[in-house]
Amino acid sequence: MRPIIEVKNVKKTYFNDEVETHALRGVSFDVKQGEFVAIMGPSGSGKSTLLHILGFLDHPTKGKYRLDGKSIDQFDEPELAWVRNQKIGFVFQMFNLLNRTTVIDNVKLPLAYAGIKNGEQDELAKIALEKVGLSHRLDHTPSQLSGGEQQRVAIARALINEPSVIFADEPTGNLDTKSGNQIMDIFSRLHDEGHTIVLITHEPYIARFAQRIINIKDGLIASNKTNHKPIKKPISRR
Amino acid sequence: MRFRDTLKTSLTGLKTNKMQSALTILGIVISIAAIIMIMSIGAGAQDLILQEISGFGSDIIVIRPGKEPKGPSDIGDTLFSDSLTKKDIEALKKKSNVPELEHIVPGVLVPGSVSYEGETYRPTIFGYDAEFIGSALNIYPEEGQYFTEQDIEMNAKVVVIGSKVKEELFGSAEALGEYIKIKGKNFKVVAILPQKGQVSFFNVDEVVLLPYTTAQSQLLGIDYFQEVLVIATSPEAVEKTVRDIELTLREMHNITDPEDDDFYVLTMEGTVQQIKNILQSLTILLSSVVAIALVVGGIGVMNIMLVSVTERTHEIGLRKAVGATNQDILLQFLLESVSLTVIGGAVGIIIGGSLSMIVTIVLQKFFALNWIFTIPLISIILGLSVAAAVGVVFGLYPARKASQKSPIEALRFE
Repeated sequence: MRPIIEVKNVKKTYFNDEVETHALRGVSFDVKQGEFVAIMGPSGSGKSTLLHILGFLDHPTKGKYRLDGKSIDQFDEPELAWVRNQKIGFVFQMFNLLNRTTVIDNVKLPLAYAGIKNGEQDELAKIALEKVGLSHRLDHTPSQLSGGEQQRVAIARALINEPSVIFADEPTGNLDTKSGNQIMDIFSRLHDEGHTIVLITHEPYIARFAQRIINIKDGLIASNKTNHKPIKKPISRR
Repeated sequence: MRFRDTLKTSLTGLKTNKMQSALTILGIVISIAAIIMIMSIGAGAQDLILQEISGFGSDIIVIRPGKEPKGPSDIGDTLFSDSLTKKDIEALKKKSNVPELEHIVPGVLVPGSVSYEGETYRPTIFGYDAEFIGSALNIYPEEGQYFTEQDIEMNAKVVVIGSKVKEELFGSAEALGEYIKIKGKNFKVVAILPQKGQVSFFNVDEVVLLPYTTAQSQLLGIDYFQEVLVIATSPEAVEKTVRDIELTLREMHNITDPEDDDFYVLTMEGTVQQIKNILQSLTILLSSVVAIALVVGGIGVMNIMLVSVTERTHEIGLRKAVGATNQDILLQFLLESVSLTVIGGAVGIIIGGSLSMIVTIVLQKFFALNWIFTIPLISIILGLSVAAAVGVVFGLYPARKASQKSPIEALRFE
């Protein structure tokens, strides 16, 4: 079966005031359907740049990247928005929820951009929030929730369009250990349910939840190893 | 994204910044309220004036000598033109010339003052047919009788005076039957008019009426008229009668080209139209002044929208990451600014309407004017569409700026 993510010799160079910054200097790897991969590296290693390219938010300067067999170059702007909406779910370090909007409306956001009817949006959002154990918080605003809860809302939002891949950028970076573990439990469970997950982190402990760990250093892949014993805790459902 | 969802998003954006939104639209509110007031009060004034005029009679035709004044400098022509004479009147009186003429009254204006035993007063002195004026305006003497057709034929030296004129000259003493002096000649007071104030174009209280024949022969030494009033048999006959009058007078004056006319004909309808035009240009003028305020308000909206776009850079990035197209973002911010200005417009209409209502009540209660409260539908439509247009024009640039943000830059922005 064709890998869902194919990265071949991807380079990314930024030009700032005639100073060239080589963020990625030729990166190649694949991610198969249903895999849980962690991309590790210190800050400035180029991992965020890589995530932007993987998430169709940015173009590679050189090399080939295909998601589900499609390259970013074959889409125009509205099509690209559509691909991000349908194929990709994002989870960010800062949660990136709309602070003045209720939990359920935050989760519904991708559905709204998909043009789905309001009644259907509500139903799907409730199911997604159930999955992350927040169905009792529908009408709260993010500021009324703890950091861990906010990140769970963000995960529900990432799940709602049943994307091909979930990209998580330091999802535990702003959380205490306990909430972080809860979030990682949810990712493990989603992986068990068959979701493809690409996680970016600088914490070795967090990376060890994944099946495979790719190490990035100075814009190059330092190692790409299978993790034979991913952390699996008995999942405490709430 | 479905339009309804976009609209909801935009309105939520406004609700969360209530105070800011309210202050931003204040300029729009004031401008639209001003437009509504101008148009409402303009319409009220027009109604009032038209009421007064149509009370005067829509079957009246006025013939004046000279060329129709197109500007202030032309008015002299009319006052000193001698083209309308007794011969013209005789011709117009013939049924074969103007069949639907019911009544014809020539008139002259006498400059000067009146005096009685050392008291002097400067009223408006008309040489006219008093009976006719009385019946046209529905005014009848308080004391005495109007001078008659016979008095006019005989150049009788009689006058009818207004109440103010009587008071100035006679005080509380008896005036009827006394003689007053105009240009050194004695005229017998035969009637005194009741106190009426301003009626139509002149103040009844400050008027002195005398037979036009007397005014021509005794006071002015002229044989022409400054104004001729014609009554048609019915308001419907006015148009045809005007044409008959023009044809007759051209024949009398040997004129072939209407361009060379040495007289002009006015009808109430024409006068009404003129007043409407004047009020309309006034309304437009005032509205354009308000338009400047509206532009200032629009700039305020643009400013606040630009701030909002910068403040919400992160939100824009997130929305793009989860599938918003540039167009979605553009529409969201554009709808926000348009909602802002349309709400401002609606509030302005309510405030403007309320203020006009208050003005109406004040005018009715304290000035006893027969003023009718109207808010022209067009002003509401205009107010709302102008507000919406301001929202589009001044919201477009910030909205475009928002939509062009790159999702990564936007997500990185703290």
